[in-house]
Amino acid sequence: MAEKEVKLMKGNEVIAHAAVRCGCDGYFGYPITPQSEVMETLMELKPWESTGMVVLQAESEVSSINMVYGGAATGKKVMTSSSSPGVSLMSEGLSYLAACELPCLVVNCQRGGPGLGTIQPSQGDYFQACKGGGHGDFHLLVLAPASVQEMYDFVGLGFDLAFKYRIPALLLADGAIGQMMEKVVFSPQLPRRSDEQIAQECGSWAACGKGSRKERNVATSLFLQPDELEVLNDRLQAKYREIEANEVRYEEFMCDDAEYILVAFGSSARICSATVEMAREQGIKLGLLRPITLYPFPYEPLKQMAERGVKGFMSVELNAGQMVEDVRLAIEGKAPVTHYGRTGGVIFNPESVLEALKTNLLK
Amino acid sequence: MAEVEIKVENLVYAKPRLITDTVMHYCPGCSHGTVHKLIAEVIDEMGLEGKTIAVSPVGCSVFAYNYIDVDWIEAAHGRACAVATAAKRLHPNSLVFTYQGDGDLAAIGTAETIHAAARGENIVTIFINNAIYGMTGGQMSPTTLLGMKTATTPYGRDAALNGFPYKVSDMIAHLDGATYITRQSVHTPANVRKCKKAIRKAFENSLAGNGYSMVEVVATCNSGWKMTPVEANKWMEENLLPAYPLGDIKCSTLPK
Repeated sequence: MAEKEVKLMKGNEVIAHAAVRCGCDGYFGYPITPQSEVMETLMELKPWESTGMVVLQAESEVSSINMVYGGAATGKKVMTSSSSPGVSLMSEGLSYLAACELPCLVVNCQRGGPGLGTIQPSQGDYFQACKGGGHGDFHLLVLAPASVQEMYDFVGLGFDLAFKYRIPALLLADGAIGQMMEKVVFSPQLPRRSDEQIAQECGSWAACGKGSRKERNVATSLFLQPDELEVLNDRLQAKYREIEANEVRYEEFMCDDAEYILVAFGSSARICSATVEMAREQGIKLGLLRPITLYPFPYEPLKQMAERGVKGFMSVELNAGQMVEDVRLAIEGKAPVTHYGRTGGVIFNPESVLEALKTNLLK
Repeated sequence: MAEVEIKVENLVYAKPRLITDTVMHYCPGCSHGTVHKLIAEVIDEMGLEGKTIAVSPVGCSVFAYNYIDVDWIEAAHGRACAVATAAKRLHPNSLVFTYQGDGDLAAIGTAETIHAAARGENIVTIFINNAIYGMTGGQMSPTTLLGMKTATTPYGRDAALNGFPYKVSDMIAHLDGATYITRQSVHTPANVRKCKKAIRKAFENSLAGNGYSMVEVVATCNSGWKMTPVEANKWMEENLLPAYPLGDIKCSTLPK
């Protein structure tokens, strides 16, 4: 067996490597801190000379997401990356991508907001990623990496899920995960799909030139007749129900005998795992549930924990309280649910999380 | 009405093969139908039906994909050139063109248009300039003439209040990445023939990898202008054409 290819790299850098390795066809981006290394790394890698992948610096995030829309509409495997203010600019495009049922990958390496905010890490875009991020009834499939390895792995996973369901996938990272260096195991280089393969796999919808097809393909989200637009919406909602039934991903840490549960994703979850260990040393039976998919959210495992008698839940987030709303929906009032967070790019430490737990739930 | 069978040898005109049977929503007298016909003819004559990716805008021609039988991507308002950029880069052997009006291209889509042209993307933009927003009911557009009455300039466009119109094609022609820029019209048979040649030349230019091409078509919107089709043609000749004169603005190659 070949030796594993292990590297020490920044989270942002591995996004670029993972994109090339998984056979991505095109990256379109615009510089913004703290994720500019994604495009810088791609430009250094020159994948157009190796795999034929297109890399293009756009004039704005508005343009880069619409390039993604254009590429995705032709059946290609395309992506962009940005950070919070840039993702706000992409909202329109995300709505169109969702409406046209186009697969793609968007990376949001979150920074503190609102407004221009700060370049320090934040998780303030949970609502934007999971509840909104554009007009109309739609969802993105949202993956939350908590390590550099997951930054790498979720690029391929995001594309796979995006194509499986014809839905835009969002990798919701933050400045901490993007900037930290960790060990990462690379996957083998996958070939890009040929135009023939794309025609075969996506021929029923991709607007890539009719070729020998009789019927033209059109990517559009315009349906002036209410009945027709409702058909599209019904189809989207059915797809979301299917995703909710099949694609919930989460990780439990010391939850089996836990009396109290922290719920945290991404970099917050890393901090909280240390809190759990500290609490256990003090005799507090604490566990951590880490949602890996934020949409679909792991409502069911949380609900089951409440039903088996967990005494309280604390949602720990680098924001003023966003995911906590989903935790409350999951718990349905069966146990106290509280929130602890810091904003503005301030990062809590394991001790302050434990302190908050004691104040909020153990008093 | 009795059907008259025309003998093949006497047939001088037919609906282009690539124009679909869908009934067009365009108002009688509007230029869109004529330009659609020319595009469909040129694609067919160049044998490009199977390798064309067209991008439609938001505006009256949002439904262009219902009328020309090639693959289409319907872009968000103003974003057609960004959409086309990716489609072309990912499908370099395809013909990729955008079809946009003056509101879509010259107002909300200015950035996407200028940067696609500046980068020298090998795409074509068919730019329908009728100096008004047709679809939304006749509001002022960036190319609305001074003094021209629209729904949002009911007393006529006033430079102090509404700013000045601008010549999109002339501006784009300054960019190194733009190599074929021309302004045409379709209000007379002679102009229709010239416009068709220009569209073909633009398609050839982009397929040759010679950068960005734009065919501006100064067009009528008789409904928006509140005129009969005949009056609209006359008004266009007397008012729009002096402001937006016809002819090639730039025919060049990409700088070395």
